[in-house]
Amino acid sequence: MAGIFVYIVHKGGVPDDSAAELVAAAKAIDASAFPAAVVTGSGAELDSVCDSLCGSYREVWKIANEALAYPNAELIRKVLVAVLPQDAIVLVPHQHFGVDLSPGLSVKLNSPFVSDAVGIEGRDGNILKLVRQEFGGQISAHVHCDVSWGAVINVRPGAFKPLEAQPANGNVLDKSSQVGALNCGRRYLQTIAAEAGDVDISKEPVLVSVGRGFQEKDNIAIAQELADAMGAAVSCSRPVVDAKWLEKSRQVGSSGQTVKPKVYMACGISGSFQHLAGIKGNPFMVAINKNPKAPIFQVADVGIVDDVLEFLPALTEKIRER
Amino acid sequence: MEILVCVRRVPDTAENEIQLNSAGKDIERDDLVYSINEWDNYAVEEALQIVARVGGNVTVVTVGGEDDEEVLRREMAMGANHGVLLTDAAFEGSDGRGIAAILAAFVKKGKYDLALTGVQAEDGGAQVGGMLAALLDYPFASLVNAIEILDGGKLKICREIEGGNKEMNEIDLPCVLSIQTGINEPRYVGMRGIRQVASVPIPTYGASDLGLNVDTVGATAAKVKREDYFVPPLGKGAEMLRGNREDNIDKLIEMLRAKGGLK
Repeated sequence: MAGIFVYIVHKGGVPDDSAAELVAAAKAIDASAFPAAVVTGSGAELDSVCDSLCGSYREVWKIANEALAYPNAELIRKVLVAVLPQDAIVLVPHQHFGVDLSPGLSVKLNSPFVSDAVGIEGRDGNILKLVRQEFGGQISAHVHCDVSWGAVINVRPGAFKPLEAQPANGNVLDKSSQVGALNCGRRYLQTIAAEAGDVDISKEPVLVSVGRGFQEKDNIAIAQELADAMGAAVSCSRPVVDAKWLEKSRQVGSSGQTVKPKVYMACGISGSFQHLAGIKGNPFMVAINKNPKAPIFQVADVGIVDDVLEFLPALTEKIRER
Repeated sequence: MEILVCVRRVPDTAENEIQLNSAGKDIERDDLVYSINEWDNYAVEEALQIVARVGGNVTVVTVGGEDDEEVLRREMAMGANHGVLLTDAAFEGSDGRGIAAILAAFVKKGKYDLALTGVQAEDGGAQVGGMLAALLDYPFASLVNAIEILDGGKLKICREIEGGNKEMNEIDLPCVLSIQTGINEPRYVGMRGIRQVASVPIPTYGASDLGLNVDTVGATAAKVKREDYFVPPLGKGAEMLRGNREDNIDKLIEMLRAKGGLK
């Protein structure tokens, strides 16, 4: 059977949380499997990542190259095609790097691709059974993937809990020499840090968070009035920033800020996993949404099916009257 | 610049409650409201803005059937110069790879400097752009939220990465980019605009027109298949307040006070 490989995302010499989660995902494919970690990079940072992975992986494949100092998916795809067996099952965390790397990798390995898997229900011969979510998480789907010729599977961060640590005493195998000269048609220039906003939502204990349900920019005032009455700050989900109703610095989610409030009021927010990924510390979460199927109701503590544009002004008035 | 934008007609998640149908295998499709995939609409707007700056043409293409013409016309009403429908019984049941193969065959028939897709569609696939690039051996970048045209057949692009940070790259043309929402403000399309393009002919291409081997696309070639839709066993879920609005507000205020949510 084809081996299972986990692509390791790392930063500052430390593996991403997904490195441990994807061991659990590999075990869900095959309980007897020992996946190998594949790590690309350069210098001391790469060595430090490889060392720490030896605690959870038996085999750590290291590919060191100056050109890989920054993770450019266009280069790393070539590296992986050069070093991986063609029938490899490759697991990659589904975030901004995995979205860049994996679809093209599957084409170059001539294997099928499954995007954003949230569950793995095991194997039946050559058929791997997975679970995905569609329509913004409103409904789930069973997906069957023929893995006879391997597969590339992007796994949602946080979908698998790391297993109890079983010391793996892994070995680092240096595969750097299998990679030839590296160049591609896309060159990394620099990273520009996010601009700080007028309010630092990551430090606010109470957030009134605004979603698409507000329908237009003028309605944001409704949330601000509630926030003022509560002594809270206003944050938002991605569509609100896309529509230019609020600044990017107010956005909660994997492509925005990570917040740790005591109380989080999700108002007209459906609750995509990218949004929820930005909420830490298990706050008391209130969800108000007119769609009873909105996934936010699965994770909130308290839910109200109502139109935020009518409910919130009434709530504000009642709080002011106290 | 000749720009191709790959678009798709999808059930609009914002407008629909998605539920299982009575057979329990598929979603209830009877009353779904369809629209252009939101990410694709930003991609078309971006293409129009590029062409407004440097000249050229925008072609919108989709893989599907007659019903999908409406999104092509909508994007033509926005300003796209041409719409093309790739349609064939052999295309039905294609997985992401199959769709990418069909689009790649179409790209090879023309001469495009730039191909755009949306980052993803309502099924969260986020796959066709990257596959298309790999099939064409073009450079690819995903999650693009700014594009600047450079001299010498290159673009400077910005990718959205974690924490609101921006990853700047230079990329050679021709290339494929997947466009993130928020890159621009897509223009409004009124009924009048749609009426004006209502009778513009939309050429169609099938497998033989594209020189495609039908064994490489459609349901038989698909290695990834959706077996069914289902509603997962619900966790604890939220405690739903089911009273009238007044009662719900009173209860919520009590809870917020207890949890330190009120000053």
